[in-house]
Amino acid sequence: MAQKFTALHAEHERLGASFTDFGGWQMPLKYKSELAEHRAVREAAGLFDLSHMGEVRVTGPQAGAYLDYALVGKLSAIAVGKAKYSLICQPDGGIIDDLIVYRLGDEDYMVVPNAGNAPTVVAELTERAAGFDVSVEDVSGQTSLVAVQGPRAAEIMRKLLSAEDGDLVTGLKYYSATRATVTGHDALVARTGYTGEDGFELFVANEDAAAVWAAAEAAGEEYGMIPCGLACRDSLRLEAGMPLYGNELSRDGSPYEAGLGGVVALSKEGDFVGRAALQQKKDAGVGTTTGQRLVGLKGLGRRAARSHYPVLSEGTQIGEVTSGQPSPTLGHPIALAYVAVGCSEPGTQLDVDLRGKPEAFEVVALPFYKRQK
Amino acid sequence: MSNVKTGLRYSEDHEWLDTDATPAKVGVSAIAADSLGDVVHLELPEVGAELTAGVACGEIESTKSVTDLYAPVTGTVVAINDEVVDNPALVNEDPYGAGWLFSVEVTSEGPLLSAEDYAAKNGGDL
Repeated sequence: MAQKFTALHAEHERLGASFTDFGGWQMPLKYKSELAEHRAVREAAGLFDLSHMGEVRVTGPQAGAYLDYALVGKLSAIAVGKAKYSLICQPDGGIIDDLIVYRLGDEDYMVVPNAGNAPTVVAELTERAAGFDVSVEDVSGQTSLVAVQGPRAAEIMRKLLSAEDGDLVTGLKYYSATRATVTGHDALVARTGYTGEDGFELFVANEDAAAVWAAAEAAGEEYGMIPCGLACRDSLRLEAGMPLYGNELSRDGSPYEAGLGGVVALSKEGDFVGRAALQQKKDAGVGTTTGQRLVGLKGLGRRAARSHYPVLSEGTQIGEVTSGQPSPTLGHPIALAYVAVGCSEPGTQLDVDLRGKPEAFEVVALPFYKRQK
Repeated sequence: MSNVKTGLRYSEDHEWLDTDATPAKVGVSAIAADSLGDVVHLELPEVGAELTAGVACGEIESTKSVTDLYAPVTGTVVAINDEVVDNPALVNEDPYGAGWLFSVEVTSEGPLLSAEDYAAKNGGDL
């Protein structure tokens, strides 16, 4: 597969980024130190290029009804200007992707899937549109996404906006979005993120991305904002207990094991893809009384658990780690793992097989890190 | 930018060996430190441990990953750098200086590369 580059690639090169492949995209992994970047987002702000994420416009008279059928949530019920976290599942309940859906108008939605999944999600969404009066358009190739994340994000956004737009944007509630003009460029600004901090995501046209990035970089400097790569994005989302597709979420697992049962609107009217299978799993108690469940683990020693390491209870494997690393904010190892439901209560003492040596971990409630409001 | 220090010798596994020091000192190269990411925890062999060249003798844990530390020589560990154990970031900040890992009484050496060969092989700069 040919490597894809975001519209901001030259900016990242100028800033001395190390790159990594993510879903076929060459993305900044870090600029200097991923720990410094992590700390900047927790204490000040970080600037991210997330242009590898997909963007799909769903428009037409039946846009809401169609999304209710295609996804597991009730998207027809979200108000214009609001966003909702949702999932697209297979008929058997397996997760194809997690995504955020923005309602931009009565008959106008934008769906944001993960980078590596965007082509699959677009194909599924297109197929599921049959019979609906709706248009599904993949605009990922024309759209860039820049995020400003951290406790100083609102102040930085104000510097990028007119007084009027500044009030509008900083007045946004979490999971809301509005159109705004960012240094002369039209943008959709959402108060969303994947870091556990306050923050904004700016969807802009590719041709405006470099100007918006440069303006944000300049505006954030006095607040201690620095450009941040995917390495710290991963450690930030892990501390915030947020799942990552490919690690915690997959086609082999359903929302119930992932602790995302609340995202599935079984009470909504009409059929939706996966309904029968998901109803059955819920009735069977999957993720609550049977099977496995995603839990947080806190390391009691210093060595970190990593993806795919076996989780043991009294010497017997009862699960597997999906993500893990030393938490930069908390100072001890943290991990997400699927474990047998009988071992999923906070306080349960387990071991993780760290390359042949068991190390003590304890089940803890998620998230690991919660910002002070 | 120089990331391979001249005068040292290097293993294929990115450890450096300084035999001008007595006893010889071992650390990891700046190339390795950079690709590991920020080092947050070290598992080093204990003083008195018998090392075998090419065999894992510890772990280097970064935010992103964990990798084995391989002994570049056969011999006995004489001292470990307590400072780097307390502050593993020294591996990133000063891999050839304050970020040294342990010193060893060398019995025999494993296969080692000159700084020039190591740099050429790993795209490093002297």
